[in-house]
Amino acid sequence: MSEEVLRVDGISVSLSGRHILEDVSFGINAGEFTGLIGSNGAGKTTLLRVVLGLQRPGRGQVLMRGRALSRGNRSVGYVPQKVVLDPDMPMRARDVVALGLDGHRFGIPLPSARRRQAVDEMLRAVDAQAFAEARVGELSGGEQQRVLIAHALIGRPALLLLDEPLANLDLRSAQEIVALLDRIADEHQVAVLLSAHEINPLLPVMDRVVYLAGGRAASGTTDEVIRSDVLSGLYGHHVDVLHVHGRVLVVAGA
Amino acid sequence: MRQLYRWVFEPGFFSSQPVHVALVLGAIVAVVSGVVGIFTVVRGQSFAGHALTDVSTAGGSGAFLVGMSPVIGFVGLGVVAAVVMDLIGARRERGRDLATGIVLGASIGLAALFLYLDTTKSATTGAAQHILFGSIFTTAPGTVPVVVGFGLVALAIVALLYRPMLLSSVSDDIAAARGVPLARVGVLFMVALAVAVGLSSLAIGAILSTALLVGPAATALRLTKRVGPAMLLASGIGVGGTWLGVLLAYDSSSWGSSHEGLPVSFFIVAVLFVTYLAVSLSPRTGRRS
Repeated sequence: MSEEVLRVDGISVSLSGRHILEDVSFGINAGEFTGLIGSNGAGKTTLLRVVLGLQRPGRGQVLMRGRALSRGNRSVGYVPQKVVLDPDMPMRARDVVALGLDGHRFGIPLPSARRRQAVDEMLRAVDAQAFAEARVGELSGGEQQRVLIAHALIGRPALLLLDEPLANLDLRSAQEIVALLDRIADEHQVAVLLSAHEINPLLPVMDRVVYLAGGRAASGTTDEVIRSDVLSGLYGHHVDVLHVHGRVLVVAGA
Repeated sequence: MRQLYRWVFEPGFFSSQPVHVALVLGAIVAVVSGVVGIFTVVRGQSFAGHALTDVSTAGGSGAFLVGMSPVIGFVGLGVVAAVVMDLIGARRERGRDLATGIVLGASIGLAALFLYLDTTKSATTGAAQHILFGSIFTTAPGTVPVVVGFGLVALAIVALLYRPMLLSSVSDDIAAARGVPLARVGVLFMVALAVAVGLSSLAIGAILSTALLVGPAATALRLTKRVGPAMLLASGIGVGGTWLGVLLAYDSSSWGSSHEGLPVSFFIVAVLFVTYLAVSLSPRTGRRS
């Protein structure tokens, strides 16, 4: 059993009177790939914001290796959703990766061989050497995701959070990103928590799933969670889980 | 050869003190505008920069009215307005444009009043011309240290905020998660922007100051894909354009029969515009190789 990195404990969040999350609890282990699955508006982004310290929960706590997490913690890497990189932005892919090291610091960075080496190493880790010198705003969606993953990973976090990184990617790019993240989780022994509204692209690699519906969560292995009785309890009405050609379909019952 | 030299540099160009002041002033202002301009374009704050030119007009004409150096008014009121714009706009999502528009309107009103009083109360009719279209040839040499001081403040702010601003231009969400104080970074950059606009108001006039702020930066961003070189390039283009404009304006007094020089601001803006046009029409560099 590998070490538990993140413990989300009884988190509840209300925003302007609406209950977004209710008593959400789960744990994530080092080197594991966890999918945070839920439809739009299920509270995935809110949950990630709580973990990042950008949203204070009404109740509950988030522990990183047993300690309370705060904003700006370097042990969490983050790839937000819908990052728009302007084609005119004067930054190469490698510049964005370098900002992952020290972008939060004030002042102008001094050129250093160690910094450059760390950036090269990270570009290699995400297979981005080929477009390292290109303007980042002119890269494809999948290439930009690789650069943002390298940016998040270069600070050697214990936990990597990705908010809907597969949205707006074509199927092949999405599969490549998923395979890359699976490899990174293993090689860097980093815990990956990835949110998505579609579970199927993640099925081959997911060690655990956190399923969000109606503000509540069920977690465990996919076999434990993606079941008719568990999801019906979560949704509060009958839900069928169908297995079709290795794919899972969650269907609201008639 | 000598003929050509005399044709390019009209006699007296290098010995004229107003020309010396204009070249020094123009260079400082162009460097500050180039450096601040890159982040103005990258952060998409050209509209805020434009609004600050109207604030500068009000500040400059107000300072003229009470007999202060216009540069104090240009920069001073600009900094105050920058902070006010940030305070009004900080709370709401789309508040930034709204706040900018409100401050812009109020400043034009103030400028109308001050310019009216300037022209009716003082004997000189040059006030409006100087405020709106610059006074690079008529600025007293004593103003240069003030301009250097303001310029250093703006450059220091950009140096301080360099990395956090780049991170926030990649993603505000990432910057916030990394603990960057985005609100304070925003207001501090607005102060740098106000200083840059104020200084270029002095050089080429309040109305034209965005030309020096945005023009060289936009040109440089087409030529390079890195921030540092873009800043150097924008500064260089700005200095070159300003100096060429000063030279052309000086020479222009010998062009017609009237011996009246044409406005220097026209030449500076024209040179910068033609440079941008030439660069944007030529095939773009820095694409994927």
